[in-house]
Amino acid sequence: MPSKLSLKQLELIANDIREDIVHMLEVAGSGHSAGPLGLADIFTALYFDVLKHDPKNPDWRDRDILILSNGHCVPVRYAAMARAGYFDRKELLTLRQLGSRLQGHPERKRLPGLESTSGPLGCGLSQAAGIALAHKMDNILHRYIYVVMGDGETDEGNVWEAAMFAGDNHLSKIIAIIDRNNIQIDGPTEMVLPLEDYKAKWEAFGWHVLEIDGNNIEAVIDACAMAKAIVEKPVAIIAHTIPGKGVDFMEYDFHWHGMPPNVEQATKALQELRTLGGKIRSEHE
Amino acid sequence: MSNIALVDLNKEQVTREPIRKGFGRGLEKAGHVEPNVVAACADLTESTQMHLFKQSFPERFIEVGIAEQNLVTVASGLAAAGKIPFVSSYAAFSPGRNWEQIRTTICLNDRPVKIVGSHAGVSVGPDGATHQMLEDLALMRVLPNMVVIAPCDSIEAEKATLAMVSDPRPNYIRLAREETPVITTAETPFVIGAAQVFESGSDVTILATGTMTYHALLAADLLYKDGIEAEVIHVPTLKPLDETTIIKSLSKTRAAVTAEEAQINGGLGGAIAELAAEHCPVPLKRIGMRDRFGESGKPDELMVYFGLDAKHIRLAVHEVMQKKGN
Repeated sequence: MPSKLSLKQLELIANDIREDIVHMLEVAGSGHSAGPLGLADIFTALYFDVLKHDPKNPDWRDRDILILSNGHCVPVRYAAMARAGYFDRKELLTLRQLGSRLQGHPERKRLPGLESTSGPLGCGLSQAAGIALAHKMDNILHRYIYVVMGDGETDEGNVWEAAMFAGDNHLSKIIAIIDRNNIQIDGPTEMVLPLEDYKAKWEAFGWHVLEIDGNNIEAVIDACAMAKAIVEKPVAIIAHTIPGKGVDFMEYDFHWHGMPPNVEQATKALQELRTLGGKIRSEHE
Repeated sequence: MSNIALVDLNKEQVTREPIRKGFGRGLEKAGHVEPNVVAACADLTESTQMHLFKQSFPERFIEVGIAEQNLVTVASGLAAAGKIPFVSSYAAFSPGRNWEQIRTTICLNDRPVKIVGSHAGVSVGPDGATHQMLEDLALMRVLPNMVVIAPCDSIEAEKATLAMVSDPRPNYIRLAREETPVITTAETPFVIGAAQVFESGSDVTILATGTMTYHALLAADLLYKDGIEAEVIHVPTLKPLDETTIIKSLSKTRAAVTAEEAQINGGLGGAIAELAAEHCPVPLKRIGMRDRFGESGKPDELMVYFGLDAKHIRLAVHEVMQKKGN
């Protein structure tokens, strides 16, 4: 990667990624809006600062691994990958279409750089544990395994099997970023199946837990750096995000979890994003 | 008799050994041959015979606890990092409980994970229906990319295990708990995807897999005395099915009986019915579990109770021979 980007540059990229997401979903006519928009800052931080990766050599043997466990949020990953140079941005508009490499849920074999196939929830963390364990066996110490997962996703038992396993095996190269946006398809997480006391749960499973504002790019970058300093335990970063972040009429509304914008809604959303609406933090500093 | 190096059931005293023991030996050997082989188990290490590998390669053995979903998804990750993971439990739990994880993170994701389902079939015995896995062949056979193997004895299981190491696809291997007659020898060929003509004949084809191949050979002897020359084809690989060998035999004999210690719906019986109906329709009778669960009992007693023996195969052959004659 080139030299570090400034916070303002990163925030502008996150905004571009949000525009791409809105446009992709509108053209696709189906897909999830809230999660990908809420995750734009985290994916910008990952692809443009945190991750050791090479868009021109996706299989680079020394790369960090990023597993997207909640596969329905993949539009944000596609948008970030295109911006980072993995493929041409024009391809973003093929999302969910027949023959596209950009499947509705990510399929590893179709697009270099995806690392895994996901969609059915709860399976990413254990795959990360398998990779981390293999690296540990082979004494590979310089590669980190990032997992992005949803909060609603942690209803799944497989997640806690993996959490117990990773804690027991001290898989400290795992950095799990949990998108704590408080919504899932049927409503707020605390009404569907309460997750709190969330931090205590992860700690009880042998994890070091950090809690951050997941829409603050600087906080995401700092938390990933802090996570690397924890050498005895895997680290969970509970990243509080605003679902639908950046588009006022989508923010906090769980109805946007599994819905794409129609043409009018997309136009309105894009107008809002393009004028920035005072949403770039560094502008105010 | 066939030209394949088999034990002569008429002349020799047949030895018996659990099929899973052959797997245990094969895995330990595989550990020496291929450094990337690792093994993971869900709290059934000795039952599934992984303890031999664990003793020789403790640093390459992983205990995941009673967590079969984690077992296969961790294995997907191990494979992503270049390992060749063998993961074992009872077939009722893996692939019984974790089918979707196998589908998404192993098959669609195309990772060479080796799923070992032990204690399959009614011959598990007294544990009863919950532990007598009968649906594993059907569950695994419908998955794209998956290879499905059911060895007939411990010697073949050992060869199959070693063959799985160099197969780049996801694999499922089915093992039985109880002692099974050893009918193959070190010289009997085994290749993933190949069916073997264990006995040549021209009147009827008996297609058998796993523990039922022994019973098919016994049935062929009984039938010979009845004046019927049965061709016995052992089908250790249910997927991909050796269509060429099977169709060639069906075209010759024009009648078939299948035999398996599993649900005939979706199992070997299902597979042969699909193949025959499309390419070579012949009178067909399927021996196996017929849309019901097992129950507690002694292994041998249960096999007879559910009609999984030479006597029932013989009766089925007479039935298809009659239909063929009409």
